[in-house]
Amino acid sequence: MTTVEERPHTGFGRTLRKEDVRLVRGKGNYVDDVRLPGMLHGALLRSPYAHAKILSIDTSAAEAAPGVKAVITGETLKGLGLAWMPTLSYDTQAVLATDKVRFQGQEVAFVIAEDHYAARDAVELIDVDYEPLPAVVDAKKALEADAPVIRDDKEDQTTNHIFDWEAGDAAKTDEVFANAEVVVEQDVLYPRVHPAPLETCGSVADMDPVTGKLTLYTTSQAPHAHRTVYALVAGLPEHKIRVISPDIGGGFGNKVGIYPGYVMSIVGSIVTGKPVKWVEDRAEHLMSTAFARDYHMRGEIAATKDGKILGLRVKVIADHGAFNATAQPTKFPAGFFHVFTGSYDLEAAHCTVTGVYTNKAPGGVAYACSFRITEAVYLVERMVDVLAYELKADPAELRMKNLLKPDQFPYTTQTGWEYDSGNYPKALQLAMDMAGYDALRKEQAEKRERGELMGIGVAFFTEAVGAGPRKHMDILGLGMADGAELRIHPTGKAVLRISVKTQGQGHETTFAQIVGNELGLPTADIEVVHGDTDQTPFGLGTYGSRSTPVSGAATALVARKIRDKARIVASAMLEVSPDDLEWAGDRWHVKGDPEQGKTIQEIALAAHSTLELPEGVEGHLDATTVYNPPNLTYPFGAYICVVDVDPGTGAVKVRRFIAVDDCGVRINPMIVEGQVHGGLADGVGMALMQVMAFDEEGNHLGASFMDYLLPTALECPSWELGETVTPSPHHPIGAKGVGESATVGSPCAVVNAVMDALKPYGVRHADMPLTPAAVWEAMQGRPIRTDLAIP
Amino acid sequence: MEVTINLNGTPETHDVEPRLLLVHFIREKAGLRGTHWGCDTSNCGTCVVWLDGKPVKSCTVLAAMADGREVRTVEGLEQGGQLDPVQQGFMECHGLQCGFCTPGMLMTARALLDRNPDPSEPEIREAISGQLCRCTGYENIVRSVRWAAEKEATEAEEVTA
Repeated sequence: MTTVEERPHTGFGRTLRKEDVRLVRGKGNYVDDVRLPGMLHGALLRSPYAHAKILSIDTSAAEAAPGVKAVITGETLKGLGLAWMPTLSYDTQAVLATDKVRFQGQEVAFVIAEDHYAARDAVELIDVDYEPLPAVVDAKKALEADAPVIRDDKEDQTTNHIFDWEAGDAAKTDEVFANAEVVVEQDVLYPRVHPAPLETCGSVADMDPVTGKLTLYTTSQAPHAHRTVYALVAGLPEHKIRVISPDIGGGFGNKVGIYPGYVMSIVGSIVTGKPVKWVEDRAEHLMSTAFARDYHMRGEIAATKDGKILGLRVKVIADHGAFNATAQPTKFPAGFFHVFTGSYDLEAAHCTVTGVYTNKAPGGVAYACSFRITEAVYLVERMVDVLAYELKADPAELRMKNLLKPDQFPYTTQTGWEYDSGNYPKALQLAMDMAGYDALRKEQAEKRERGELMGIGVAFFTEAVGAGPRKHMDILGLGMADGAELRIHPTGKAVLRISVKTQGQGHETTFAQIVGNELGLPTADIEVVHGDTDQTPFGLGTYGSRSTPVSGAATALVARKIRDKARIVASAMLEVSPDDLEWAGDRWHVKGDPEQGKTIQEIALAAHSTLELPEGVEGHLDATTVYNPPNLTYPFGAYICVVDVDPGTGAVKVRRFIAVDDCGVRINPMIVEGQVHGGLADGVGMALMQVMAFDEEGNHLGASFMDYLLPTALECPSWELGETVTPSPHHPIGAKGVGESATVGSPCAVVNAVMDALKPYGVRHADMPLTPAAVWEAMQGRPIRTDLAIP
Repeated sequence: MEVTINLNGTPETHDVEPRLLLVHFIREKAGLRGTHWGCDTSNCGTCVVWLDGKPVKSCTVLAAMADGREVRTVEGLEQGGQLDPVQQGFMECHGLQCGFCTPGMLMTARALLDRNPDPSEPEIREAISGQLCRCTGYENIVRSVRWAAEKEATEAEEVTA
């Protein structure tokens, strides 16, 4: 419950969200709310086959249908040089299929009509003649000699191999393993899941035939990057493209890349001379937009008999679908998977990742993965539990024994990451205290006596967020630095323009808090502008929990530039040297004389007045900056999950979930907690119910919410949160990212809990999702491959 | 066919196809875009509105079926410039993030409190179990509804006192 504050809110702490004022009234402005005069509606025809040649497409009946303005096929696009587009991984992706289709749900034709009912009617009238081809569904078989080649469009592509990538020291790791007392190996699948934001993807393209300017309203987490890509692909000049990302109904990494539908709305607007809206439905969204995970991992862990972890060795087959459209920094084809050494002090580690094409939709990096850290954390935290299983050790004790110690930071891992700060034992101890760990183990022992299955899952994670240093990190050559612009109006009200783009994370509130904290301005007096490329400075957008680490830092620094400038203006106002002034949180005053001071509001007015300023000082109170982060930030957390498993049905009930997160300085604890709650629900969903499975013909078996299950309020427990605060030493306000932490850390806590419950059955590992059927099979000693409907 | 729906107390008459879904009548014909559309299988509940006082998923009702009936949407919650306590509760307790599920959640919450002014946590979770939220993990939605229930209880006490 909040109380009325005596003073207007400035700076850090719990404050209610500015966004809510419109959103609780139904006055948000999402893409499908955009209506422009003369606007037409587009709909896509999609492939029923996972792999098939296109012999012919007959669009005549669709073109003759009432209300239809145009039907566009791949052949039409070919003439424009737009049939293929570049992806964020320097691969190509078909906009509309020309030669053949490569996944079920792939885009084949685009209809533009007066309304979306008519457009969808006309889609049904398009007649496509396909010649089905055998499909590659199992990533583990994609490289077999007789596997059909999916990307025969690419010169020199004679197999389904995309890339090999490695990190760590292979020789040193082999040596550690050769000499280790204990080595445990485990196959671990992180199945294909989907971020499934409640709002699907969509766009409204408005090409003004007079000015030649394209305005694109779109569900984009990275509007500036999108603008640049459209400029490069469509040949439109960048200053004639305005990308507006309005309110977004959740992104979760799904809305980072560019989809064929966006391109088709642009093409449609150019062709018809009218604005064209395209909004996909849920089935289209689940079948064709960026999936997450799909890592087939073989982990090995080396240790001493008394539980000192020595090394990790990992081999990954990464299923990237038919086009490699994975979104990650260019030099990291497996993202940041090589943080898989986790929170432990190892002697050696090595991983190899092999990416393969399959007849599935593109994607991979999405769903709060922080560029594959979900997979990395899941792998290491499963391996530690597998080791605990073999050593008959308590998983919490085993972790406590191996966690990095606070005095080891900054710590350079065996794969080259420099962790900025951490106090891991403190966080784990807090989680264990909150859970009442010893009492839980006692309760478990008693229940086991009675044949009841209770499990306690522990997970400890280190995240790596805030990509990133320009020298190492770019997306399509665009360095991952972010700009910020701050203007203080004459009356002391402020406008902050940022390059990142909220999808619900509360940037309009928290970024105002950062400015308020630096300048002593009320949060309510600061307007945050985002998502409009004509109005905001260039930057790479919001994903990888990078907003606070990168753009948040830019915001603090641009406010400090304003503060420095204000000091000069204040010195002119007070007729003293700037050196004689000191900052008091909201004003510059004469050292030793707090009465002789000027607030930012007073200074702003003077800065716009006739006050004579020192030579070289321009007046007004504006500043811009670009922040190039020196390193990532490394938040961490200790999670404990308690489950009950029904021995008769295999049904899992998450009874409790304790989450201790440390993201350094908390700008707004209320918003941090909300971020964690959401991520914990993701973890329960992924661990227990979510999977996009395929049959052997490549049919997508989870293309609606009837089969692709998301947790409701009934499957989620009441979350129990704790926090410790270990600031990032290199960040201007000591804040680390946090948005993805809970999604990264929670799935393994749930799985570890279920495996813990199944100990009496001798189950060491079973793959997600741990549906009642999967748990029951595991209890029978038959763990199943959950991602394929093939025995 | 001509359909007249009493929408938040105002009659809306439009000539529509019989197959037009109520959600599209509300959003596209009447121009009230607080009601959202999040799935094609009647699972997500972002389209929940009231039909004659009961929450329904408006993607699963034809506009023609609502002819002559009362529909209330999120835009009808605020009365005389005063937010409904459930709207206040969602703001106070951070019961929303992206805001996409919020209108539907608010309509269900209002309906729940009207029939059960003092719901327990399990009752709240049950009431919103036909609605998905991807952002909040539900915890703060439950708290938001409780906040509204307590506010209304306090106000009722003040009226009787």
